[in-house]
Amino acid sequence: MLSSERMRSKLSKDDKKLLKKQAKAKLILLKHEGIETVSYPSKSIVIANGGLGNGVSREQLLSVLQGCGTVETLLMPRNKPYAFVTYMTAEEAIKAYSTLSGREISADDSELGIILYLSFVEKVEMKETLSPALPPGLMVFEDFVSPEQEITMIENIAWDSELSSQKSLKHRRVKHYGYEFRYDNNNVDKDAPLPGGLPDFCNEVLEKCLQQELIKHRPDQLTINQYEPGQGIPPHVDTHSAFEDEILSVSLGAEIVMDFRHPDGSVVPVMVPRRSLLIMGGESRYLWTHGITPRKFDVVQASEPQAVGTVSDNIDKLTLSKRNTRTSFTFRKIRHTPCDCAFPTLCDSQQMQQKNHPPQIGEVGASILEKEYVHKVYEDIAGHFSSTRHTPWPKVVDFLLSLPKGSMVADVGCGNGKYLGINKDLYMIGCDRSKNLVDICREKKFEAFVCDALSVPFRTGTFDACISIAVIHHFATEERRHAALQELLRLLRQGGKALIYVWAMEQEYKSSKSKYLKERQCSKDLGKVEGINGNANASLPVHTNRTSFHSQDLFVPWHLKPKNLSKFEKTLAHMDQKSINQGPGPVYHRFYHVFCEGELEAMCSQPNISVLHSYHDQGNWCVILQKS
Amino acid sequence: MKLLTHNMLRSHVTGVTKGFPLLIRADEVKLSNVDFNQDFVARMIPKLEWGALVEAADSLGHASDLPRELETGYENNEEFLRKVHHALLEVEVIEGALKCPESGTEFRITRGIPNMLINEEEP
Repeated sequence: MLSSERMRSKLSKDDKKLLKKQAKAKLILLKHEGIETVSYPSKSIVIANGGLGNGVSREQLLSVLQGCGTVETLLMPRNKPYAFVTYMTAEEAIKAYSTLSGREISADDSELGIILYLSFVEKVEMKETLSPALPPGLMVFEDFVSPEQEITMIENIAWDSELSSQKSLKHRRVKHYGYEFRYDNNNVDKDAPLPGGLPDFCNEVLEKCLQQELIKHRPDQLTINQYEPGQGIPPHVDTHSAFEDEILSVSLGAEIVMDFRHPDGSVVPVMVPRRSLLIMGGESRYLWTHGITPRKFDVVQASEPQAVGTVSDNIDKLTLSKRNTRTSFTFRKIRHTPCDCAFPTLCDSQQMQQKNHPPQIGEVGASILEKEYVHKVYEDIAGHFSSTRHTPWPKVVDFLLSLPKGSMVADVGCGNGKYLGINKDLYMIGCDRSKNLVDICREKKFEAFVCDALSVPFRTGTFDACISIAVIHHFATEERRHAALQELLRLLRQGGKALIYVWAMEQEYKSSKSKYLKERQCSKDLGKVEGINGNANASLPVHTNRTSFHSQDLFVPWHLKPKNLSKFEKTLAHMDQKSINQGPGPVYHRFYHVFCEGELEAMCSQPNISVLHSYHDQGNWCVILQKS
Repeated sequence: MKLLTHNMLRSHVTGVTKGFPLLIRADEVKLSNVDFNQDFVARMIPKLEWGALVEAADSLGHASDLPRELETGYENNEEFLRKVHHALLEVEVIEGALKCPESGTEFRITRGIPNMLINEEEP
């Protein structure tokens, strides 16, 4: 063997550079991977940079290595930037070492060349592993869709049609049929089916599923995702309450490796071939997450064509498969009853049922709750809130216009004062708990002051009329809501009238949707609302705006517009009741108790009060009362 | 705060029995012109605590020789109603305080807005 002294003296500049890099590669392999290289020749070589992890495929590396001799094994560990080759003889290995060190090859996914650095290793170890089993309940059917049908389905996707809803997500192209899937709450709006239902070109596939009894229900929701190479979808479990058990996924255009993860941490990569049908049922649907890692190559078993099943960790068989554009059709059946699966910790239906019977909110807790989640929030959002509350509700206006000239009227919880100037023949005084909102009333030259609706500093029995619009639902207990009502009634003279509006649990009444549901802004992807921290009442559910209610006591998010943020920077000191959203601006949570049908009327039934009129108006329960 | 509003207010401090009328301490008073509506003013008078209005207007120096006792037959007395109109609607307290006559609790008036919160620990 040559002594290193003599070698070095004869080295060119390039050789020196190579040696330096090689030494560095050896050091990295030892330090980060625990791979010990040796300085004497052996049959085995570790090839730094020649790994699946930096885009070198088995086929590519093999063709280079075979130029130097017969390759016994080539081990390419998953996601690693190196590989191990073992030649039949040490001579062949020496030849590879001397000719391939410093060799530049081109990686599949990059224009840049990759330089290989080779080092001898004593021996390489390989554990024989079996392919992991498919997650229970998961089935993959090969060649389920014919090539002709594949073309029909892909070509007929009306990406730009207005009939169904299309969103451009950051990581893929998406289109929904039947029902729109909402990414803010990971649920569908069951009250709002999209017109047109599922497209006809899916019938053949669905009929085949039903005929072969692969599924029990005919799906009524379809999400089409188109993934370009490099795109993916984060690991997720489809929301239990949204969909029935069986979820179908038809893969068109290209194969993909889908990763299934068990909560215990185990990962099962599943090869989903082109034109296959995948059905997630039972445990694989309710317990395992599934996702697609965003990358341009998948690590797959080195065989052609790609067979169904899981991808093992046998590193003597792994290689890379270049991704192509894949179009997936996900068919689901909307669930109309709560989910009763065997996995309650992951089940939003079962979690919700627990929350629907919340512990009673105590008196002290209630006032703290209101302070944090009503008073403070309105103070902070006042400007933005007011800018969205300029249209008076017509029936409130009607009530005010119906009052006799010269009536004395109190608006308890007047907000930005949008009702204070409706009828010039009245004398109206507003009051509100929020100073910032009262400031806005004052800027409009209205009479208003700051007070709490439980203790209003007006004389008893002096008012001809009182209005309480969207106020009483902010009190956290029945006792406090009752007290607020009594305080309002105290102000009325005999014969005086009160109009009360509270938010209704029933957003759809007599098969007409409230404006609240209709006005939902489809273009706005609000992102996920984070939980509310550090409060005993944090167990209250957070409502998704512009959807039906699922609980009477809840938090309703207010998404503050960023442009208004600076105005309120001084109030950012108490950030505790809001969470910063990744998206447009901070999110505040307001406490609400939404009223069920009959609840407001029942509350108002008392000896000296008669209910003149009781009605549902745009998702609110409303009463007109008279004091006798 | 107009004096008509003031006339509707009372102290709501716990334990206070009457709490009326609230005493006004005015640091800044603004006079403004409001269109006179004779009918409107005439309709307001029966709702008022008359004595309290005169007292309040007097304390601000704007009583405009309103009588201590309300006399009947004012509905067609335009001159009288104009004086009442002025006191009720044209005199505004911008800065100052309202004071509970029984407990002495004070409520600040800033930029024309009385803050009637009893537990003023919140922002």
